[in-house]
Amino acid sequence: MTSSSKPPINTTAVAGVSLWVGVLVVLSHWMGEQSHRWLPVSASTAAPLVDNLFGLETAIGTFVFGAVVSVMVWVMLFNRAEKYDESDAVPVEGNTRLEVIWTAIPFVLLMAIASWTIQAEKELGTLGPMEHIHLRDPIEQVGGYAGDRLPSEQVEVIARQWSWEFRYPGANVSSTELHLAVDQPVTFRLVSEDVLHGFFIPAFRLKQDVIPGRAIDLNITPTREGTYRLRDSQFSGTWFAANQADVVVESADAHSAWLQQAAAAPLQPGLSVAVEEYATLSGGSRRGWATVPPAPPPQVNVPGSPDQPHDA
Amino acid sequence: MTIATFPPEPKPDPGWSRYFGFCTDAKVIGIQYIVTAFFFFLIGGLLAMVIRGELITPASDLVDRAVYNGIYTMHGTIMLFLFIFPVLNGLNNLLIPTMIGAPDMAFPRLNAVAFWLVPIFGSLLIASFFVPGGPAYSGWWSYPPVSIQNPLGHFVNGQGLWITAVALSGVSSIMGALNFVTTILRMRAPGMTITRMPVFCWTALAAQSLQLIGLPALTGGAIMLLMDLSFGTSFYRPEGGGDPVLYQHFFWFYSHPAVYVIILPVFGIFSELFPVYSRKPLFGYLYVALASFIIVGLGLIVWVHHMFPSGVAQWMRNLFMVFTMLIAVPTGVKVFAWLGTIWGGKLQLTTPMLFCLGGLFNFVFAGITGIMLATVPVDIHVSNTYFVVGHFHYVIYGAAVMGIFAAIYHWFPKFIGRMPYEGLGKLHCLLTFVGANLNFLPMHPLGLMGMPRRVSSYDPEFTFWNVVASLGAFLLGVSIIPFLLNMVSAWIRGPKATHNPWRAIGLEWLLPSPPPEDNFGEEVPTVISRPYGYGTGLPLVEHQDEIERRLDLQEASAA
Repeated sequence: MTSSSKPPINTTAVAGVSLWVGVLVVLSHWMGEQSHRWLPVSASTAAPLVDNLFGLETAIGTFVFGAVVSVMVWVMLFNRAEKYDESDAVPVEGNTRLEVIWTAIPFVLLMAIASWTIQAEKELGTLGPMEHIHLRDPIEQVGGYAGDRLPSEQVEVIARQWSWEFRYPGANVSSTELHLAVDQPVTFRLVSEDVLHGFFIPAFRLKQDVIPGRAIDLNITPTREGTYRLRDSQFSGTWFAANQADVVVESADAHSAWLQQAAAAPLQPGLSVAVEEYATLSGGSRRGWATVPPAPPPQVNVPGSPDQPHDA
Repeated sequence: MTIATFPPEPKPDPGWSRYFGFCTDAKVIGIQYIVTAFFFFLIGGLLAMVIRGELITPASDLVDRAVYNGIYTMHGTIMLFLFIFPVLNGLNNLLIPTMIGAPDMAFPRLNAVAFWLVPIFGSLLIASFFVPGGPAYSGWWSYPPVSIQNPLGHFVNGQGLWITAVALSGVSSIMGALNFVTTILRMRAPGMTITRMPVFCWTALAAQSLQLIGLPALTGGAIMLLMDLSFGTSFYRPEGGGDPVLYQHFFWFYSHPAVYVIILPVFGIFSELFPVYSRKPLFGYLYVALASFIIVGLGLIVWVHHMFPSGVAQWMRNLFMVFTMLIAVPTGVKVFAWLGTIWGGKLQLTTPMLFCLGGLFNFVFAGITGIMLATVPVDIHVSNTYFVVGHFHYVIYGAAVMGIFAAIYHWFPKFIGRMPYEGLGKLHCLLTFVGANLNFLPMHPLGLMGMPRRVSSYDPEFTFWNVVASLGAFLLGVSIIPFLLNMVSAWIRGPKATHNPWRAIGLEWLLPSPPPEDNFGEEVPTVISRPYGYGTGLPLVEHQDEIERRLDLQEASAA
């Protein structure tokens, strides 16, 4: 398609296409803004990164999808064969220049998104060092980047079939309800006593599998007071769906008051929906398929309440 | 290449019975595969209806939680290993020999064995519903340690049968893959160079190469899982020093490429059908063909994107994000090529074409959510939520199953010899498209809001979209009725098909409908041009006019 005589430019077509591209750009921008409303409230330092990336990808995606569907709809409306028309169309077999364009543009765009993402994640430093620390960049190796460096509250998270237990080693407190202070960095140490679990707090945009036999560190800073849900996100067996806990983010004062109060409270059984349901189902008459019995509920200072409303 | 065959002698019509026996004719095996696959499709679909029935309310109230987990596990397993792989192998059996002018597959007996393994491991899997304790319940991934917990402690248990069935499925697939690869490489018609091969054969070659590379990893991983479950080893058992994350690598090293094993032939179907119903050549044939192999190469190095929130380090997340994004580039080349093909064409909106257009629409949507899932921070939020379930159902049902339906409507006249009904076909297409979007689109907002996948109950804020999804699922369940009605009635008393009802270009359309057992026999035509010469006026093979005249005469005398 590199003939020397260029076909005359159809100004109406160019104007029409430009106008439609403009409409798609506006629509895409609008969708990018709307996309924030599809996500839960944003309650951690990781949330704006995820939300902005998702918004950007929604906008670009809307544009690409809109363009492809526009072509399809146009063709279906205006390039249909007349009834009884059995002739063939003009045989265009390809166009190398177009192939290069539609290979290069997605390539550049995707690599730009990827490199921007890598940089942003590095600075956030949510995931603690795992193996291969030598592969991290020099700044991180000397202990740089916010996520690794800030002094933070330590919370030990113990996942079981099917309950969540939170231990505050500094305050000698344990609980089945996670309490955090707003705007204070926290480091979770995730361990599992039986199978894989997933530590997932949608409002924090935070998810990490809990692997039996390993301890995984996770850094985050909550940024909004409220009550949120922690959900098990890696299938863990029969009561997987019920393996949830509440996350209460409170002011620093309220948090230290809670810790003090909790330390004084006597140990009692923590929340475990699985244990309750298993008790009502068992007794010889239980039908259905086999299940692993739930682990006994952990003994904690604060069990929390089962039915409090949550923001996300 | 000419293949010596005995002189044709009039044989009595073998009739229906050959479909129920050990037959080495690829065309019979193809139909055996497809019919068997749809039998299991109905079972898998029924399980899906139970799943959506349970999820129409927040509480776990329709079935027991353990039963729910078994049902969703079996739904995924049946749909993948007993529906989609067999149905695609059925299409491979029908299309590969006829498209390249071969009399049969390279290893006909191996081919029949590969097929007969399907009902065997299918029965094994279905039998697991009836063993004490019920079927496997740990998801189609069967991640340890959940999958090796064995609550009743019996030696014969649902999970053990599941692993055995999956391993047998792997054996069957390897046999099939060997056959398809050899047939494509060794048995093409004279003149059909690799760059004159139809794109469906390119994609089949690419997909089956992936099977050969990937399946050993899955099979090895599955054997170790069975050892852990039944013989007390500790490959994955943490208390014995094993690593559960190791299994995930084995599993996804195959199971991610498996998605390309599914979608590549569907790309092939799109590439075959868009030119026919646009009356234009495929735009950029060579780029479309080669993109399949770039997808194979990249498809083998993206598996960790299924494990971003698992126990993998940050550098691994970043590396696999880059590879995953790269794979969108060759995929985009194909999508743009299809748009280039239909652009300025003379479209005929037949049932197969409508299924292709619907499938392309859904696939592009899935591609965009796929890029979102490749981006590590976004994936961290939505992985293991309904967003992923929505994404892959758009790929598997929205694109792949719709492409498979397109192929069935398109090639039904060729292999059955009768025409399916357009009215019922279009109704089926409409119900499928609306049902699929109504079912799978709501899963995206649910995932973004934080609803995990595989849950038997959920918080009340997720109710609205779940009700919509369930209604879509029930519509999808209804959509199969016009399809079955169409297939059965067209097979029994549909109008007789000519050798080329769609005026398509390809060797298979130069055979009578249905083709004789040895296809072209000794008279394999010599290919002289590239496929998809719509509008160019170039004949595909030597003496094409003569061949077509002879077929017309045969049809006229039969009528």
